[in-house]
Amino acid sequence: MANTMSNGATREIFMSEALREAIDEEMQRDPTVFLVGEEIGVWGGSYAVSAGLLEKYGPDRIVDTPIAEAAIAGLGIGAALTGSRPIAEFMYSDFMGIAMDQIVNQAAKNRYMFGGKARLPLTYRAPFGAGTGNAAQHTQSLEAWFVHVPGLKVITASTPYDAKGLLKSAIREDNVVVSFEHKALYAMRGHVPEEEYLVPIGVADVKREGTDVSVITYARQVHYALEAAEQLAAEGISVEVVDVRSLYPLDTDAILRSVRKTHRAVVLYEAVRFGGFGAEIASQIQELAFDDLDAPVLRVGAAHAPVPFSEPLEQGSFPDAEKVAAAIRESLQGVR
Amino acid sequence: MAARRRAVARASSKTGKASKARAKATKSRARPTATVNTTLKSMDDGQVRWIYQTMRRIRRFEETAEEAFKAAKMRGALHFYIGEEATATGACAALEDGDFITSTHRGHGHCIAKGARMDKMMAELFGRTTGYSGGKGGSMHIADLELGNLGANGIVGAGIPIATGAALGSKLRQDGQVTISFFGDGAGPTGAFHEGVNVAATMKLPVIFLCENNQYGMATHNEFANAAPISARGPAYSIPSPKIDGNDVFEVYETVKEAADRARNGEGPTLIESLTYRHKGHTVLDQKNYRTKEEIAEWVARDPIERFRTAVSSAKRMTAKEFDAIDADIEREIENAVSFAEASPWPTLDAIERDVYAE
Ligand SMILES: Cc1ncc(C[n+]2csc(CCOP(=O)(O)OP(=O)(O)O)c2C)c(N)n1
Ligand SMILES: [Mg+2]
Repeated sequence: MANTMSNGATREIFMSEALREAIDEEMQRDPTVFLVGEEIGVWGGSYAVSAGLLEKYGPDRIVDTPIAEAAIAGLGIGAALTGSRPIAEFMYSDFMGIAMDQIVNQAAKNRYMFGGKARLPLTYRAPFGAGTGNAAQHTQSLEAWFVHVPGLKVITASTPYDAKGLLKSAIREDNVVVSFEHKALYAMRGHVPEEEYLVPIGVADVKREGTDVSVITYARQVHYALEAAEQLAAEGISVEVVDVRSLYPLDTDAILRSVRKTHRAVVLYEAVRFGGFGAEIASQIQELAFDDLDAPVLRVGAAHAPVPFSEPLEQGSFPDAEKVAAAIRESLQGVR
Repeated sequence: MAARRRAVARASSKTGKASKARAKATKSRARPTATVNTTLKSMDDGQVRWIYQTMRRIRRFEETAEEAFKAAKMRGALHFYIGEEATATGACAALEDGDFITSTHRGHGHCIAKGARMDKMMAELFGRTTGYSGGKGGSMHIADLELGNLGANGIVGAGIPIATGAALGSKLRQDGQVTISFFGDGAGPTGAFHEGVNVAATMKLPVIFLCENNQYGMATHNEFANAAPISARGPAYSIPSPKIDGNDVFEVYETVKEAADRARNGEGPTLIESLTYRHKGHTVLDQKNYRTKEEIAEWVARDPIERFRTAVSSAKRMTAKEFDAIDADIEREIENAVSFAEASPWPTLDAIERDVYAE
């Protein structure tokens, strides 16, 4: 994680705090930035990301809305088109279903349909991911829906450092960026520099170097990959973990660099395996690095089912370190 | 500038300063209880007993679930209905067998009032195979399709168009059934509300939209969320939209009965705003103080179960002994529910991909 070590002083903060700092700094820097969403003010955000910001910026810039996801998405578009730089928060990414027309048919396409004349400096933020016991309508990983829509950029961070730097870049973008925040990571701590920095959108980060197998992944699954890498190191297997950080644009070069080194790839994601974003990564690898591969590219993803409530079912439904380790071993066995 | 002042005023009123004044205002808006005795008189002993039993079952089920949650025996989100029991109970008392309901994230009360088994509900909260959904849904997704409960729902407002659809089905099948859609004041702002209610009104469908206005959706006050009261919306859809005291089980019963009769007569939907209050936080974990202690105390003092008990006692319809006997039965039922849940097996991994599609 070379770039998490800045020259200056760092402190350990939660990802929720890192995100808050990103929003806070960008709001200070640019008076046209504002945050809009449900329970972001008095409540402080359902994952406390915006705690304290209402007191600091007041209700004109920390805009609490009623339960109205289509309106939240549309408010972001209208305000962006007319000169503001909104950050629109969905309480859970599952609720973006209600806002899909605004996001997909409006936000993503306005610029193109208007012949490149519209500017949409707009960031959508949404918690995603399973493991919380909140059942099928509060736990999904729907990133593939959005990656599939030209006009949207999609990012997701695995560390507080990346979360802050990526969100700041997203807010400064003159494009629509969808930022997915994994619920299990809000309470994760990590080093974040005191001084200002950005993490560019579209650049992957090698979170662990290795030589035998590349695990290409993002968000919470980065940590499972690192855990598996640690376990396998004891067995003499050297695993490289590539955190793509940005799903669109995708840093294909970084992925290929890693695969050309290890000759084996496991693509790991928490969404439903079938039709998930990992399929895109896997096909990029086989199209562009077929001759470098010593084994089929494997995908590890969630079961073909909504996320179940009961703990053993939920935990069993999505990937973890054990499942990744198994896939890495399988990859090392070569051709199936 | 004026707009800004309004926004600031609204934001500060959300922090609870104004909530005391609001509680007073809502109190004086509540209807006098003159209708109570005539409704009680019209009920037979079985109905009276059922109402008490149902409200107590809801209360005890949730108090017990809260203990289990705090003892780390269950996880996930639990939204308690405590304080709102009269609305589900009065409404379901006015339904016929075979009628339908759609429910919400705060669904235990609707579920019990529609006749669900507490042991299967408890087992679902515990995530066990014997639960209503075999542990796949949890608290927010209990359905009992045989009883006409089309499901609790994790998406605010989502039950409203589904209820409209159930009512359309009833109309097409001419089965004479009605559907109640329970939803919170927080669903008032959703697009699903408008689409679902408008379609039902244009098609004159046999559906009752029952807004449980417990005055808050999370920390957001109902008056902040909805530009006009839910009860003011009826004229926009050319349907009646009475506002009632949701802690008065008799008034709820009478109003829903009238709406159900209308629906069965082909006169179309009714929108009801039932004013009530949740005694507990938004979820079992919510300890935020967006409501004043005074406001909470004031509403706890208007406890729907106590009010019912007082009315029934003073009309000499039930004795203290009879109430106690019901309570004792419920305690046994609850104990059984918990031991049933705890003794039930956990689901196994082969269940994960089962039930996704019909075979
Ligand atoms: C579409 C949607 N948006 C947001 C949420 C998150 N959420 C769950 S309950 C709730 C408040 C609902 O308030 P209300 O409808 O008044 O019901 P109450 O909780 O008061 O019973 C919110 C915002 C959700 N579940 N669904
Ligand atoms: Mg409410």
